[in-house]
Parts: sequence; structure tokens; C-alpha cells
Amino acid sequence: MIRKLAITTVAAFALGAGAAVAQVKIADVAELSGAGAAAGAVWHDGVKLAVEEVNAAGGILGEQIELAEYDSQTDPQISRAMVQKAIDEGTYVLLGTVYSSSTVVNMLVAQQNGMPQITGSESPTITAKGNPYIFRTAFGAQKGLPKLASYLKDGLGAEKIAVVWANTEFGRGGYDAFMGLVDDFGFEIVADVPTEQAQVDFASDVAKVKSSGADAVFVYLTEEESARFLIEANKQSLDLPMGGDTVLISQKVIDLAGDAANGAFGHVGLTAEAPVPAIKEMAAKFQEEFGYGADHNAIKGYIGVYMIKYVTEQIGEFDREKFAETLRGLCLDAETHPGILMDTCWDETGEMSRESFLVEVVDGAQQITQTLPAN
Amino acid sequence: MSEFFQLIVSGLSTGSIYALAAVGFTLLWQASQTINFAQGEFVMLPAFLVLALSVKLGFPLWLAMPLAIILAVLILGVLFKRLVVEPMIKHGTLPLVIATIALGVLLKEMVKEFYSPLGQPFPSLFPQDVVTIFGAVISIPDIANFVIAMGAIVALQLFLGGTRTGRSMQATAQNPDVAQILGVDIKRMVLYTFMINGALAAIASILITPIYLAKFSNGETLGLIAFIAAIVGGFNQIRGALVGGLLIGIIDNLSATYVSAEYRQALPLILLIVIILIRPQGLLGTSEGRTV
Repeated sequence: MIRKLAITTVAAFALGAGAAVAQVKIADVAELSGAGAAAGAVWHDGVKLAVEEVNAAGGILGEQIELAEYDSQTDPQISRAMVQKAIDEGTYVLLGTVYSSSTVVNMLVAQQNGMPQITGSESPTITAKGNPYIFRTAFGAQKGLPKLASYLKDGLGAEKIAVVWANTEFGRGGYDAFMGLVDDFGFEIVADVPTEQAQVDFASDVAKVKSSGADAVFVYLTEEESARFLIEANKQSLDLPMGGDTVLISQKVIDLAGDAANGAFGHVGLTAEAPVPAIKEMAAKFQEEFGYGADHNAIKGYIGVYMIKYVTEQIGEFDREKFAETLRGLCLDAETHPGILMDTCWDETGEMSRESFLVEVVDGAQQITQTLPAN
Repeated sequence: MSEFFQLIVSGLSTGSIYALAAVGFTLLWQASQTINFAQGEFVMLPAFLVLALSVKLGFPLWLAMPLAIILAVLILGVLFKRLVVEPMIKHGTLPLVIATIALGVLLKEMVKEFYSPLGQPFPSLFPQDVVTIFGAVISIPDIANFVIAMGAIVALQLFLGGTRTGRSMQATAQNPDVAQILGVDIKRMVLYTFMINGALAAIASILITPIYLAKFSNGETLGLIAFIAAIVGGFNQIRGALVGGLLIGIIDNLSATYVSAEYRQALPLILLIVIILIRPQGLLGTSEGRTV
């Protein structure tokens, strides 16, 4: 009798426990430390916010998301190992990384394992490699930079351009994309200034730009380096229009550079200041939860989780192959898929398109000057 | 020409801050044969003390900065000597070197854990104005950083050469046994040296962080540059560390502008190799005897 009772009790607990822990594991491999922490940690907080929301609303296909975090330390080789570890530990879909120099390395591991990967990276090379499992949360520089170049040419009348860029996978992608536009727009590059990842002193770089005779500066650096460049430019009274794509005018850069960020402008795919109610609502929740403002990386991480939810619910099962197949060529509208925030489409390469914005930093805040159509 | 002049001034400004950290290397070496590989983290930490006092605890900046310097003197001077150097030095220089490497990692990870891995804005002490000299636009912070850093080193030299305590410290560095026979409290003198190093590191931190942003990993760059500066200038001479710091600041700026931005990080190391091959004791160092 006692034995029966014990077996029944254990069985009941096992069943109960089984029901309580019905979970789907999602791994986020991000730059939680190292030079890329300003991007990766914010992306990860965006992921966490979305996971909380999805779980509170019943999860995906009735299963709660178990979020596993892996720190790439902003090191491509460590990111590769972390992606392998995440796959070995049974993730359903992979989120991350944000730094392109890591993503171009670790995406090969995900591809070999048939693992759908949703990245925050913006280097054009990411979606040009024919990897059927990679998908973006923000479009590559090759889609955003023509919009910026057009503004430099037609909006500012600039012809002589100084280019300051990060000598990394991310920076090289943006640099190549911009240089590819030089002939089309009739620009003359009067200063070509490569910089190093985690560079701290920009005195000589600003001096080069200053003496170049440029009409405007195109800055393509990561967050902390962008802020340091703007601080040094302000210190040396560099009185030139400074434009970039997404990062230069991001909230993190504005927070770090303070008044030195005023006047910077650029094209952004995502911003908390976008005139989109769903983004404003997400940004307010983010601020309340984490105590700081959401930037494009936070929004990218947030969207990534909802991509997993909506696509999985569309296919009706947790199947990686079907997930990747379905997401290629898919369009999700924000009205019926509110977590996606804006109407978005992905093409066969995992590249995406949606509306974007021209932004200027005024009094320490982003100000939207123009909404641009999807391209 | 104006660009060249501007680069020189900017290099002197940054180089003078490197010199502050480099002087710390030479001081500790002279006083206790300690090569402090946590020196970079010693320069990183006080900025976070300022931020903790001002942002977290609400102290005004004018109070937070001197308080941070005092805390740095206590933590990076007194505690460092008592808890790390004294127990380890009796086992020789190598265990102590390893202990300082471990301390550097510990400080870095502690800041990352308790503050944040993200870079933080750090207020500048000076207005972001500029003056024009010989056609070159020179920023007030560059001039102020140079004046304060050089002022601190000159004050240190005057203290060491012009006061009884300073001369006792020099005597302790040159020959501790004889200094003790002559009645010098050598333990106290060594402690003073560590406290001065803590203060110099804090000043360097407050000057450099508005440019670098406050970040847990700042010490990696600063420690390496300061170490190279100390060796290039002469590890056993304050004026050597000073020259080494200024030289690296200027070379970094000029090489990045006129030679190659890609190889700018390698050039100080190449300079180090050349100096070691040609003049192992450093530009102004001496191959025998020691002075503080």
C-alpha cells in the first residue's frame, strides 16, 4: 500500500513537473563583455524584455521560452565556441551575435548544424554568403547607405567627403558599401581614415579629417568609438557635418558623448524616437525595466524573439528546417504581429526591408527629420 | 604646419598622463622592487570611484573627485602594500609580479561585475573651449591636462628633493640598510611611496577618462603604454618615465597621422625593442644604482 502510494506520488510529481517545465530553449549569444558590450548587452536586454512578454502571454505554441545566455566577449573565436555550445545544449533557434566580425565566423557553425540564426549584425557580407539559415533584424549597410549618401549630396550639397571607419568586419562592410556609392554620387574622398576596434585616442584621426578640406564626414564606427570620435571632434572644434548609419546617432552614443553628439545626423533603420506607437510603447517598457533608454540594438533583440514566435506559430511546430524555409521570403505586418513593431519583409538571403528614418541629434536627443520608404 | 603643431600639443597632453602612470611604475620599483602589472587598472579604478560617489551616492563632482583621490590613496596605496606586496615580496619578485597580474584581473572583473561592462560617460573638469596658437586650434582640456600632469610630477620632484621626508624616501630607495642605520623609518617611507602612486594613478584617471570614457578594460591599454614608457625612458628614473610618456604620446599621434593608422599600436612596441637593443637602461635610465 505504502509502495503504491509512493509510486503514485512520484508519478504525479513527475507529470506535474513535466507540465510545469514544458519549455523551448532559445540561446542568445551576445557581446556581454569586451569592446562590443555597448551593443551586445543592450541587444540582450531587448531579448529579455520580449521573452518576458511572450512567456507572460502563454509562450510559443503553449511552451515557455527558456532563455540561455552566452557571452561572446566580443571575440569571434569565443563566439564560435559559444554558438557550438548553444547548439549542443539544444537551442531551438539562435539569437545573436551583434558584431559582424563575430557573426561572419559563428554563422558557419550554425549553418553546418542547420540552425536558424537571427542576428543583429549589419555588415553586407552576412547575407551575401548564401547561408539559408541567417536572418537579419536590421537591414545591412548596403541598403541604408544610399539613403545617407543621397542626403549628403542633395541635402547638404557635400562633394568632398572624409571617411572615418572601423577596420573590422562591420566597418569594412559599411566602408565598402559607401565607397561603392562614391562614383554614383560624384563624391571625392579627401580623407580615408581607418581606425581600430576599441581605439581610445582619436586625436590624430580628427586632425587628419580637419586638414583634409572635406565638406562633410562619414563616420562608420561602433558605439564607444563613435562617442570618443565625437568627443575628440568637439574638443578640436571640428566644424563639419558628421553623418553615419544607425550607430553614430544611437541613444548609447548620445549618452556617452553628451553635448558632443549634437548636430550629428544619419540614417537609422530603428530608433526609439521613430513615429511608430508600437516602438514608443516598447521603448517605455524597456526604460521602466532596465532603467536606461532603448536603442536600435535593444529593438533588434526584441524583434528577434518575436520573429521566432510568429514564424513558429505559423508553421505550428518546433521545426528548424521549416522555420528557415518559412522565414525566407516572408512578410509580417505589424497590425497582426505587433511584436514585429513595423511591417517587415525578408528576402531569400535573409536580408530584410522596412521603412527607415533620417535623424539628427538636437539637444541630446534624436529628432526624426524624414521617414524613408522601404527599399 | 598647424596640423603638426596641433598633433604635438595633443600628444604632449596624452603623453603627460601616460607619464603619470609610468612614474608610478618607477616609484614602486625604486621603493620595493615591485613591478606593478596592475598599474593600468590602478588608473582605471579611480574614475569608477568618482562615478560611484557622484552618480550613485549623489556627491557633487567637486567633492567626489578629491574623495576618490583619498580613497585611491588608501585602497591602491595602503591596502595594496599591506595585503598584496608585504605578504608576497618575501617570496621574491616573480611571485609578486604574478600577484599584481592577478590583482589587475580582479579589479577589472570587479568593476565589470559591480558597475557595468559598458563604457560610461565621464565629466571633464575643463570647458570644451579652444585657443588658436600659430594657426593651430588647441583645446583647453589638452592644455589643462598637460599642466596638471606636469605640475604633479614637478611637485613630486620638489617633494623628493626639497623635504626631509622626500630625501628619506630617496635614501630608502638607494640603500635601505644604510638608511635604517641612519634612523630612517624605511617601512613608513615605502608606504609613502605606495600612497603617492595611488594619488598619481587617481589624477591620471580623472584626466584621461573624459577622453577614454569610463570602462573596466581601460587599464589594458594604459598599463601597457605606461610600462613601455617607463622602460623607454628609464625604469629607475622619474624623469625617464616622464620623457618616455611624452615621447609615446607624440609618436602615437604623429605615426597615426603620417605613417600608418593601422600600425599605430605596434609602433610603441617597436620603439621598446629598439631601445632595449641600443640602450637597455632606457633613454635617461642609469645602469647602476637607484634613485627615487
